[in-house]
Amino acid sequence: MEQALEKWQGKIYELTIGATKDEGGTRSKKVKFGGINTLPFLHFEGIVPNPPLIAVEVWDTEPTEWPDVLKNEYKDVLNNPMQWAKKCEDFGADLICLRLASTDPDTINASAADASKTIKDVLSASSLPLMIIGCGNNEKNSSIIMDVAQTAKGENCLIGMAVKENYKTFTAAAQAGGHSLIAETPIDINLEKQLNILISDLGFGSDRIVIHPTTGGIGYGFEYCYTIIERTRLAALASDKMMSQPIVTFVGQETWKIKECKADETEKPEWGSIKDRGFLWEKATASAYLQAGSDILVMNHPKAVKDIKIHIQELMKK
Amino acid sequence: MALSGLDIYKHLPKTNCKKCGCATCLAFAMALAAKKTSLDKCPDITEAAKQILDSASLPPMATITIGSGTKKIDVGGETVMFRHDKTFYHPTAIAVSISDNETNIQDKIEKIKKLNFDRVGMMVGVDLIALKNDSNNVNKFASVSKELSDKTELPLILLSDNPQAIDEALKNISNKRPLIYSANSKNYEQMSDIAKKHTVPLCICGKDVEELSDLSQKITARGVKDIVLDSGAREVSKCIQDFTKIRRLALKKNFRALGFPTIGFAESVEDASAYITKYANILVTSMDKPEELLPLVTLRLNIYTDPQKPIMMEPKLYSIGTPNENSPFMVTTNFSLTFFTVSPEVENSKIPVWLLVCDAEGMSVLTAWAADKFNAEIIDSWMKKTDIASKVKHKKIIIPGYVSVMSGKLEELTGWEVLVGPKEAAGIPKYLKTVWK
Repeated sequence: MEQALEKWQGKIYELTIGATKDEGGTRSKKVKFGGINTLPFLHFEGIVPNPPLIAVEVWDTEPTEWPDVLKNEYKDVLNNPMQWAKKCEDFGADLICLRLASTDPDTINASAADASKTIKDVLSASSLPLMIIGCGNNEKNSSIIMDVAQTAKGENCLIGMAVKENYKTFTAAAQAGGHSLIAETPIDINLEKQLNILISDLGFGSDRIVIHPTTGGIGYGFEYCYTIIERTRLAALASDKMMSQPIVTFVGQETWKIKECKADETEKPEWGSIKDRGFLWEKATASAYLQAGSDILVMNHPKAVKDIKIHIQELMKK
Repeated sequence: MALSGLDIYKHLPKTNCKKCGCATCLAFAMALAAKKTSLDKCPDITEAAKQILDSASLPPMATITIGSGTKKIDVGGETVMFRHDKTFYHPTAIAVSISDNETNIQDKIEKIKKLNFDRVGMMVGVDLIALKNDSNNVNKFASVSKELSDKTELPLILLSDNPQAIDEALKNISNKRPLIYSANSKNYEQMSDIAKKHTVPLCICGKDVEELSDLSQKITARGVKDIVLDSGAREVSKCIQDFTKIRRLALKKNFRALGFPTIGFAESVEDASAYITKYANILVTSMDKPEELLPLVTLRLNIYTDPQKPIMMEPKLYSIGTPNENSPFMVTTNFSLTFFTVSPEVENSKIPVWLLVCDAEGMSVLTAWAADKFNAEIIDSWMKKTDIASKVKHKKIIIPGYVSVMSGKLEELTGWEVLVGPKEAAGIPKYLKTVWK
């Protein structure tokens, strides 16, 4: 029978996050992702060397906007990033995504020193590799990233978000601290490539960048992000080295802010159980982004994380 | 394989009669290859040549209709591997399965009827009911399928590999044109005859893609035209790979035997989501809770949205609640999802608002801003068009947080004070309650 194989020329960069004692860090393990030379999970056509990873969010302050169904999952640890990180490790996170939300000038406006302390705490509480992201304020993020990167020096973290306005500071910080970098652009394939070029031009390894092309929740712009990721992946497989970076999507963040995961049964009886709706929505979003080509999913609900982990294991079977 | 102009030319009369409207037969052949004209324009084509050329000009994946009446549904007919290449046409038809051992069919039907949701002004939901012959009883299967057919307008899929059970059921309901499932290597002759006798579409189940294409050829040779394909895979990894192979062979190699829609079976939201993105044309599941189906139908809507046509709102000044001359004035773009994300949040705040929806060619805020379709000039012109100045006493505009960079320019142009709102719609209630005074 005729074969349906594509002859792809390119390959996604393989990236490692985390450093063990031998490498100057304190992590119990490293995680590897990327490295694929075909479309997601097409084992018949190419090599899928690493399963996509799940990073679970840990906040440095209680996430006030989260709906109760999600908060309840973390109710004992919401004000304790150390215990929170430990909990994520226990239920199966591949890495921790520490969100320095309290540094936001509009809320607590925590200082770089506060952030550094949180990072040290989390590093001591959990031995998983670490992703560190700032708050929604680019200026503030730029002002603390040097300290953040220094504090975690040697741990080979993934830090973000480098955007057009602050990429120089972020790149310098990542370079100095020996970390990898998330480059974020607003749903535009050209801007995405351009930012990767700008960062590489500063002497930063293009194999140490992870793309965040913007994440849209299902029903809220998902299709644009899905297509941008597919197009990025196709460009990479056609050998465009500035599009060949692994991709991260913030699945949980985009799930738990939407009405479908917040409105209770009295408001929306036709939408079914509020208890299950959110984590099912998170799973659907995660699954669809895996098929687009996402290499790291940043997630929230423990049950969604567990189910998607099993789903990924299933997808990795040849 | 798709024929080239020269391949087609070989079969034409080569008289250059011009009756087709082309100067020469070769020009006509080229136009045919480019699908710019049709073969019936040639008055002198031989029947033999017509047959060869007709089959070569068939679409690479057939469109199959299941059901009859208002709820009938078309599946397949896809032409591309990636939605950005053109668009996907026929959204994955979702079937909820029922066992013929089910004791309360009426309850089940009522439950399925509720799996229908309003999304951006469109009703989306379950399209089909799949009846499983768990009882292994021919008469029971027939009577339950009759009951389903009487009590719902949703088209049916009859699942049984027992030809007698399918035949018996079809005696009552063949006019409803259900999909029958399935023909396999053992029963395909009988199943083909049944499908032909009742003129209903037939699903083939192979043990792999190879056996499937072999069966498809045999069944097509027996005169069955409306076919649906199941490679037999049930593990998610195998399914994704088989769906991809089938779609590629059909679309890229024009491989006739696999040029039909596919069917997949999923028992979890994550598997179902994977199949909606990667190439199931029909999805069968026993999941029947609203919270399970809502994300699936929403994902399907996203994947099957035509990427070339953004869904747009009419650009104008919208009143949310009953705003007065002191109410906040906010601006956004006319991408419908932007509107449907922003407006519920404004409602949540319980504060009446003037919401100006500018014409940004249906793009979301960030995309429109990046494409220069949502800038200070455009907002200024829409403020003038809608005469907002006559409706409010204050001179304050709230703009989306993501486009704070345009503040200066907008103040300059309008003379109004620009307030930077939250980046995400979710922040609107808090913003309106705390910042707007």
